[in-house]
Amino acid sequence: MSGADPRPGAAQAVPVLELRGLTKRFGGLAAVNDVSFAIREGGISGLIGPNGAGKTTIFNLITGVYKVSAGSILFKGSPITDLEPYRIADLGVTRTFQNIRLFKNLSARDNVLTACHMSARYGLAEAILRLPRYRREEKALAVKADGLLEIMGLADRADLTANNLPYGLQRRLEITRALALDPTLLLLDEPAAGMNPDETEQLMLLISDIRKRFGLSVLVIEHHMDLIMGVCEHIHVLNFGCSLADGDPAVVAGDPKVVEAYLGQEDER
Amino acid sequence: MEYIQGIIILIGINLIAVLGLSILTGFTGLFSFGHGGFMAIGAYVCAIFVARLHQPFALAILAGALSAGLVSVVIGRLTLKLKGDYFCIATMGFGEAVRIILNNVNYVGGARGWESLPKLTTVWLTLALDLVFVVVTWNIINSRQGRNMVAAREEELAAQMAGIDVFKSKMIALVISAVFAGVAGALMAQYMQFLRPTMFNMTKSTDLTIMVIFGGLGSISGSILGTILLVSLPELFRDFAQWRLVFYGLAVIVIMVGRPQGLMGGLELTPSGIRRAVAARSARRELAAADKAEAAE
Repeated sequence: MSGADPRPGAAQAVPVLELRGLTKRFGGLAAVNDVSFAIREGGISGLIGPNGAGKTTIFNLITGVYKVSAGSILFKGSPITDLEPYRIADLGVTRTFQNIRLFKNLSARDNVLTACHMSARYGLAEAILRLPRYRREEKALAVKADGLLEIMGLADRADLTANNLPYGLQRRLEITRALALDPTLLLLDEPAAGMNPDETEQLMLLISDIRKRFGLSVLVIEHHMDLIMGVCEHIHVLNFGCSLADGDPAVVAGDPKVVEAYLGQEDER
Repeated sequence: MEYIQGIIILIGINLIAVLGLSILTGFTGLFSFGHGGFMAIGAYVCAIFVARLHQPFALAILAGALSAGLVSVVIGRLTLKLKGDYFCIATMGFGEAVRIILNNVNYVGGARGWESLPKLTTVWLTLALDLVFVVVTWNIINSRQGRNMVAAREEELAAQMAGIDVFKSKMIALVISAVFAGVAGALMAQYMQFLRPTMFNMTKSTDLTIMVIFGGLGSISGSILGTILLVSLPELFRDFAQWRLVFYGLAVIVIMVGRPQGLMGGLELTPSGIRRAVAARSARRELAAADKAEAAE
């Protein structure tokens, strides 16, 4: 699709996201140091590592919140390294936050409706004069928002202010809002944080379900190992800003370096 | 009758400026203490078109509004990247700068003021324009551009992650508010029949902002209510001479303490707005009851 390679079937070879030698320095500290990995189209990948390994920093780099110090980020084969955050979102990369960031004083419906804005094309003058295109597109946006809320099981809470939703549903609403952009790549930053095992299980099912339903690729940061091992097809492990391991869940879990990073070195006396 | 009409015109003129500021402050979350400056630009440009260039009033209003809008684009480019309080301080500086520049332009009367302008602003013109501006404001807020502004107010980072160009949204809000203030200034010039730079000092700017906050941030009906109450209140207490300003201050304090979100904070006095508020309240109750039941188990 990107036109990089005209051969049929080649599109599948281009990873949806590729990091090449990605580095981010804060002063003298390299929070992310020469990290390279790729995400296959349509898969669920995991990004794991101990606290402070640089996982969220990588999300901030991909989404343009931080400026990259060195290296590059390719989305469907073309660089997005120096784009403004909203442009990256427009291209189809969006995310949720570790500490939920909803539009707190808006209703659940308005949270989703706001994020649907890219599906409408009418200009401000058309809105002020309420021209036919405004009416038509607003109606379509409302249908889209309500549909998403329905799919995500939030329809009966659509009129509640986001702030008044229970914690689990706030996380769910944040994912719903992200889906409103019709993203190609969804980045989930610790979606199961603060959830009990039961809710985590539900979330796992939800993630696999939306991946299939919306045909997107997902990259998830998570500490719940059962969630990561349960849903991810591919895992990348970070430690102190550097890549530590990369591969299938089973391979990664058995990697002595990974075990060491998480549990500490075995005492060899 | 003349007196009542005068108050209605004053309310109507202020309402236009307050509606614009409501978009900027109430819906986009940017506090300005310099909109007196945009009013001044609208007022003086309008007066120049009417009194010096002998152009029709409608054209003069348009010129005043556009001038204020153009200046706001420049101001926005310079200040909208500033965060929170810094933007507020920059607007304050802008308002004062406009006043001091006008003090020194003798073409428009300088600090002494500019007298005997023609009286062209009528009560019907003011009310008609009010109606237009209320509808325009309502339509802006209920569009995707309006929702983007609210998103920028609520959670800037999340707004960007939702593909919203936050800078552009803030810019649109600022330009709209400046154009509204320009129109209000134009009407003011041709109602008062004299202009003096001190009419648009920081007190004027803060008055406008107080009306928005008093009525409730993020509510158009609140802004209307706030303007009507706060413009007429000092007039009602006119017999108490200097005490009226105390009453004015007291009213503002009582609202801020008793109802910090303002009279209408985030709610609208429309059938659907009321329905939504009621639905949200009952849903909240149900949720609280469900939580309690769960806790009891």
